[in-house]
Formats: sequence, C-alpha cells, structure tokens
Amino acid sequence: MREVDAAPERRISLVDLLDRVLAGGVVLSGEVTLCIAEVDLVHVSLRALITSASTLERAAADG
Amino acid sequence: MAEEHPEQALWVYAVTTGLAAERLGTDRGVGGAPVRPLTEGELTALVSPVDLAEFGEEALRRNLEDLDWLAATARAHDTVVTAAARAATAAVPLRLATVYLGEDRVRGLLAERRADFTAALELLAGRTEWGVKAYADPDALAEDAAAPAEGSGQGAGTAYLLRRKAQLSAREAAQREAAAHAEHLHTALARLAVSARRHPPQDPALSRERGWMVLNGAYLVDDDRAEELARQVEALAGTRRGVRLELTGPWPPYSFAGVVQ
Repeated sequence: MREVDAAPERRISLVDLLDRVLAGGVVLSGEVTLCIAEVDLVHVSLRALITSASTLERAAADG
Repeated sequence: MAEEHPEQALWVYAVTTGLAAERLGTDRGVGGAPVRPLTEGELTALVSPVDLAEFGEEALRRNLEDLDWLAATARAHDTVVTAAARAATAAVPLRLATVYLGEDRVRGLLAERRADFTAALELLAGRTEWGVKAYADPDALAEDAAAPAEGSGQGAGTAYLLRRKAQLSAREAAQREAAAHAEHLHTALARLAVSARRHPPQDPALSRERGWMVLNGAYLVDDDRAEELARQVEALAGTRRGVRLELTGPWPPYSFAGVVQ
C-alpha cells in the first residue's frame, strides 16, 4: 500500500465497502467472540440496504 | 451477555505485524472510541472499547438493520483497518463486528492463533487488494447478437412474433456471452495477482447501475505490479463493446484474509 497510496480521503462506495467488511476479513470462531454468523450478518445488513435504497429511490422519484 | 465480566468489551479491527503505531494517523474508531494497540509477541491487534448496550449480540442484530448505523460503523472500521495496513508491514483485517470481552481474551487469541496469523501476514506483506467490476450493457450486447431479419414476406403478426423471438434469444445469447467475457476478464486479471476471488454481483438496487454486473472481482497484487494491473484493466476495457470496467482500490486485503478456525 505504500507505493500505491490513495488520496487521503478515499471516496468509496458503501456497497463496495460492505462487500468487503461483511463478507471478507478473518472470521474468528470460538466462545469468546460475539461475531455474528456470516450468513446472518450479510443477510440482515443487505435487507437494511435494499429497504433504504428503494426508499431513497422513491424519494428521488417523488422529489 | 457478560454480566459477570467487569472487563471491557473490545472491538477488534485488525491483527498486524511491524506496526508503527505513531504512524497510524487516526486514533478514533467505531463510535468515536479511542483506538489502542495490544501487543503479544510479534503480533499487535488494534482495538477500541465498545458498550455492550450498543454492540452486544442482540443490540448488534438490531443495529445492523439500521443503514445509517451500519454505514457509519463500516466506515469507522475501514478507516482504522486502512490506517493499520499503511502503518504496518502487513495487516489482517477482521470481519466487521468482532467483539471480544476483555484484553486478556484478545491477547489469548493472538497467542493461540499465532501460527495462522503469521502465515496470513506473510502472504499479505507487500501486497494490496484491488477491485475490478465489469458492467455489461444488455442493449448493446443484444444488438450485436441479434441478426436483423427484417420483413421477408410474412404477415405483420408473424413478423412481430419472429422479431420478438429473435430479441429474446438475442438477450439470452448476450447473457451467455457476457458471462463468458467476464470469465475471460477474471482469468486475465488473475494472471497478475497472487490470489484472486469473485464476490457475488451487487444488487442493482444498491449499485444504482443499469447494466448487468458480470464481474465483481478482487485481486491481491504485489505492490510493484499495481501499475501493470491498472494498465491491464485499461487494455481489457477496450476489448468488448457494451462492457465497462471499473477499478477500485487500493483496499486493505479484506477479501484475502481467510478464515481462522
């Protein structure tokens, strides 16, 4: 990352970011962590996103 | 959950090696809480305290359905992980919402999984994740696939049906062709990477894209080949009418952190 430094303020799309933070990264299993199961996490978050995306679209169409 | 544990719940961002904590450049994490390093042997985890009323298992389930909360949390997590990847020799990002009960538990994790983390960090050092998405314009592809079989003496109804049938099969052909092209793109990009994987295509309702997302790829690339990858994306972008490519990154190596059992 040192040789290919991005601008300090990365303008990244939330969807691209969620692809990675929800479905990527190390998953640690074990009784000491509260990490929610992969499927649940992706599922609940996407439901939230889709609901709000269609709300936004309706708002844009109305406005 | 942890009524008997007076310890602090800790959000874990990443596990690093060779971290220059003073170069982190950020000291606030999820919920604005102060980020601190926890070192065990040659591994350092970055953590910040969280309140179980907001980040306990039940509360998390509820909050993850709140888009504003999710967006703010994901961005805060990413800010620290990105800073860690820059200030360390290598960093293994943790899945969003990994919360441990107390410093001892985190240190125990670092000691217990030392071999796994060390192997993952070796793979990631000097490498960066890049994303490449490809969108196919269904109309442009279908136009190419459709053979213009206009009026050859049939009645108007028959001509319409034939045209409709041709359109449908052109669309199917376009879909097949787009999938094959995506495979070709992924193979060409993976050749420059030490590791490659494909994420599922994004929902068009979220990406606000009209085209079909035919590729949502992630590539772990040696830092000295990053420019080569960018050139390759440019070169591939011109190879098929109706297919548009988008390069994203640099990313912390989220897609290549693997699973530590």
